[in-house]
Parts: sequence; structure tokens; C-alpha cells
Amino acid sequence: MVDATYSPRPMRFKVRNLRLWLPLLWIATLIIAAVFAPIFAPHDPLAQDLMLERLPPFFIDGSEPGHLLGTDSLGRDVLSRMIYGARIALFVSVIAAFSTGIFGSTLGLIAGYYGGWWDRVISRLVDIWMAFPPVLFAVLLVAVIGTGLTSVIFAIALIDWTRFARVIRAETMVQAQMDYVDSARIGGARRMATLLSEILPNVLPSIIALLALEMGIAVIVEAILSFVNLSISSDDPTWGSMISEGRGAIHFAWWVLLFPLIALFLTVLSFSTLGEGLKKQFDPVLK
Amino acid sequence: MTDVMTPPQPALFSIKGLHLSFPDRAHRPLFGAAPRIEVLKGLTLDLPEGRITGIVGESGSGKSTLGRVLVRLLAPDAGQVTFDGKDIGALDEDALRPLRRDLQMIFQDPMSSLNPRHKVWRIIAQPMKRYRRGGTRADALKALEKVGLPESFADRYPHELSGGQRQRVGIARAIALEPRFILADEIVSGLDVSSQAQVLSLLKTLAKDMGLTVAFISHDLSVIRHLCDDVIVLNHGEIVDSGPVQTVFEHPKSDITKALLGAIPRPEIDDSWFE
Ligand SMILES: Nc1ncnc2c1ncn2[C@@H]1O[C@H](COP(=O)(O)OP(=O)(O)OP(=O)(O)O)[C@@H](O)[C@H]1O
Ligand SMILES: [Mg+2]
Repeated sequence: MVDATYSPRPMRFKVRNLRLWLPLLWIATLIIAAVFAPIFAPHDPLAQDLMLERLPPFFIDGSEPGHLLGTDSLGRDVLSRMIYGARIALFVSVIAAFSTGIFGSTLGLIAGYYGGWWDRVISRLVDIWMAFPPVLFAVLLVAVIGTGLTSVIFAIALIDWTRFARVIRAETMVQAQMDYVDSARIGGARRMATLLSEILPNVLPSIIALLALEMGIAVIVEAILSFVNLSISSDDPTWGSMISEGRGAIHFAWWVLLFPLIALFLTVLSFSTLGEGLKKQFDPVLK
Repeated sequence: MTDVMTPPQPALFSIKGLHLSFPDRAHRPLFGAAPRIEVLKGLTLDLPEGRITGIVGESGSGKSTLGRVLVRLLAPDAGQVTFDGKDIGALDEDALRPLRRDLQMIFQDPMSSLNPRHKVWRIIAQPMKRYRRGGTRADALKALEKVGLPESFADRYPHELSGGQRQRVGIARAIALEPRFILADEIVSGLDVSSQAQVLSLLKTLAKDMGLTVAFISHDLSVIRHLCDDVIVLNHGEIVDSGPVQTVFEHPKSDITKALLGAIPRPEIDDSWFE
């Protein structure tokens, strides 16, 4: 009776499917830039040169050939700082998204499959958690547990696990109604084995899609925390701290603010588009 | 009337005073437990070994519920469910697991009962592995052959099969464990007429070859007449008629049976379906 919703198809990337390809292209660029930062970055991202402060980007008069996207108020190369910033952004987003995803999905699977007492406790916890405004929560948390990348990652996981828990709980409940779950029982499977080898593969696409989304969110949260100086030390090149510094100099060196802002925007957009795209790729109902 | 002449077979299943109810959530009071709706009202019946017993009745009469008690997806509220001399009605899941090999089921909707993320061979092999009765790809291929599916289907996913082929995979999974009992709940209701005939004749052949005891749930009396040895007629959770198919169909005791028999027979079904 429930099977009408069921016509899963193998994941297939169509060349025309720009909604998947464009974000992937941008993310691949970021990954390459991040991994090979020392090769691609024309300068040391921390090197200051007060003789070369606030140089404009290449398309404006007065630029220096070595500083493609100009320099900031301390004479540091904007492009190099952005490339090294990609490292931190990706590192945080991957680690944070996976910690969040594993923690939240596990609770969602347990609540959705075992139901009863488990479900009541987990669902109540989710409700309480979601009553806090997330950004305020993050700022508070990091202020309490201390600054630094680990704290940022920890804060993201601690706040956003509810997103996974909610969605995966609902999906698990749908899957648990499917006859293949009874089939597994008839075929001698234990409860836990049924959850892991029958239900999990069917909710995995949603987990993957949510992971992509969560990576985008993690990039924003890290930027926000950098912006309010609660991430790593402000000398380190993160996009958030660049935006924060650039804000002060917006009238005489707008590029210090604008370029990292564009990178941030594209990254978040890419991750969330990718998440949506993957979701649709896997889910015939949304197609 | 050959059925009447055959000596009575020992019963594989023997059920006495089976009661089952579900909580009625729609009428749940503000405080306290929801009232219960009685779905099976004290059934007593035997399923003789090696025979195909049809279970018929209107929608909602409790056919599937009875079937699910037999394979112990549901536990009875009261009464005895004796399988092979052992009361399985109150066993917990751990105690049931070793018995489940003998109590298999073919589902109505093969799309929902075959995990969409697993390949056909794995769907068949997994239960075999759990019961240490093989479970290699080669074992799965043997089971596929028995249901008339070529090797090339082993690496397909369920959605890459037709309805009839999916239902064959469901049968292959059930027989691969060499069970003693199979529940078939409306297994052809989602199929087109020609696939129906093929799947039913396959089931009949396998059941007879393997000496299986089968409970065959259907609302289609023309199918029951040709496939089953015995029949049980359910109405509102009570048995209103039972016995060998010919006897019941020729001399229906209850008005319910008469009414069911009066419902349009399907002339296209004859014994050639099952050859
Ligand atoms: N899990 C459940 N919870 C509550 N009520 C249920 C549940 N399962 C079945 N019922 C009710 O029990 C009654 C018998 O259902 P059952 O599925 O056994 O009927 P059926 O004879 O198989 O009907 P059909 O021919 O439509 O499949 C129905 O009234 C149904 O609504
Ligand atoms: Mg039914």
C-alpha cells in the first residue's frame, strides 16, 4: 500500500544537471585550493608589508601584479589569505558536519525505529533544544567552552544535531512500516541488524543530503564566530575574520570585505544546492 | 470427491480459541488505555500438513491478522497456537528466531517487501546465511532457478523487475530456507492476469514438490477453488465455514459463503492455469 512512493533509482549524474555540477565544481576548486594552498597561494597569508597596504585588485589602477586581489590594511595578500581561509572553512565544515550528522542520525534512527520510551526522550530533547535561537546558542557556548576551532566544531554539533535527529527519525518511521522490515524478521534478522542493514541504507541518501547542507551551515557558523572573534585567533586567515576586518576599512579598501564575502556566499550556496540536488536525486517523491 | 476419501493428515498448525484485539486509538479516552477492538474472536482451526488451505472473507474480516499470528508477526491475546506440537503463541522473539526458518511468508506487495537497496541475490541469500543453510551467490542462483528466473536477475535491484518477477523473488526467498509452512497473503492481487496464473501455478508446483503446508489468503474464490485443498471462510473474525474446498463450495453452510460464491466468478480461471 505504501509502495507507490517507492521507485528508487540508482544515483546518476546527468551532464545537463547543472544544479549538481556547478556546486560540485566550486567545491572541487575549494578542495584543490585548500589542499595545495602552499602551492597556489602567491604569498605567505600572514606576511605583513606596510609599504604595500590596501593595494587594490588587479582590475583597478594602482594594483601590483603580485597581488591579484589586492592587500588589506596590514599589507597582507587577500588572495593568499582567502586560499588559506578555504582550508579552515573546509576543515571545519567537514568535521563539524560529520560529527553533527553521526550524532543526530544515530539518535534519529533509534527514536524512529525503537519508538516508545526512546522516542519520547529523544523527541522531547529535540523540542527543548530547538527552543534556543541557534546563533545566540553558538556564541554562548563558545564563550563558555573557550575559543578555537575545536570549540567551534563542538558548538556546531551540539546545536545542529536536532536537524538530523528530526529528519532521520521521520524517515526511519516511514521505512519501519515497509514490509521489508517484517520480511527481515521472518528471515531471522535481529532488531539491530534490521536497523543497520535494512533501514539504514534506505535513509542514507537523506543523511548524505543533510550532510551537504550542514557543511554550508558550518561554514556560516564558523564565519559568524570569527566575525565576533570567537573562533581561532584573528591573525589566522579565516573568511569570517577577513570580513570582520574588512568591515572597518570598507570605504577605502572594499575588496578586503567583498572577496571573502563572495567566497563565503558561493560556498554556502553550493553546499545547500548540492544538498537539495542530492535529495531530489535520491527521492522520487520530490522529483 | 477425492478429498473426502484421503485419510486425515496430522495437523501442522493447531489453533484453539485464538483471540486477538488491537487498541482503538480513535476512541482513546483522555486518561487511561484505549479501548480494544476484537479482530479475531476465538478461532479454532487445524492446518493439515502438506496441504494448501485457503483463507477467504470480506475485507476487514481478519484474514491477514490470522496469517500474521501464524507466522508470529503478531502474538495472540488468548488461545493456543500450536505449531508442530509446540505452543508458539507466547514465545518471545529470541525463542521464535530458530523457529522462523520453518515459518515463511510471501507478501502482498513485493515492491515493499524486497529491500529496494539490496540486489536480488542478496535478498535471497541473507536469510540462508542467518540460518546457516548456505547463503552464497550460488545458493541464491539455485533458488532463482527454482522459481524460473535466469541467473542474470541475480544482480538486479527489485525496481528493475516486473511485478511478477518480483513476486517470484519473494517466493524464492521463502523456499530457499526449505520451510515447512508458508503464508501467502494476497500474493497476486497486484499482478496482471497472466502473471497471476504463472505465479500461482509456480506456488502450487513448489508446494506439492516440497511437501509444504500453505495458508493462502485471497478474496478471490475462483483462485481458491483451483489452488487450495481446504478452505476457511472468515467473517468478522469468526470462522463461518471450513473444510475441503469441494465440500464447502458445493454445500456452503453459511450465508456468507453463499454470498461470496455468488460474487462474480472469473471464467478465465480454469485448471489450465495450474498445469
Ligand atoms: N495494526 C492494526 N491496528 C489496529 N487495527 C488493525 C491493525 N491491523 C488490522 N486492524 C484491523 O483489524 C481488522 C482486520 O484486518 P485484516 O488486515 O486482518 O483484514 P483482512 O481480512 O486481511 O482484509 P483485507 O482483505 O482488506 O486485506 C480490520 O478492521 C483492520 O482495520
Ligand atoms: Mg489482508
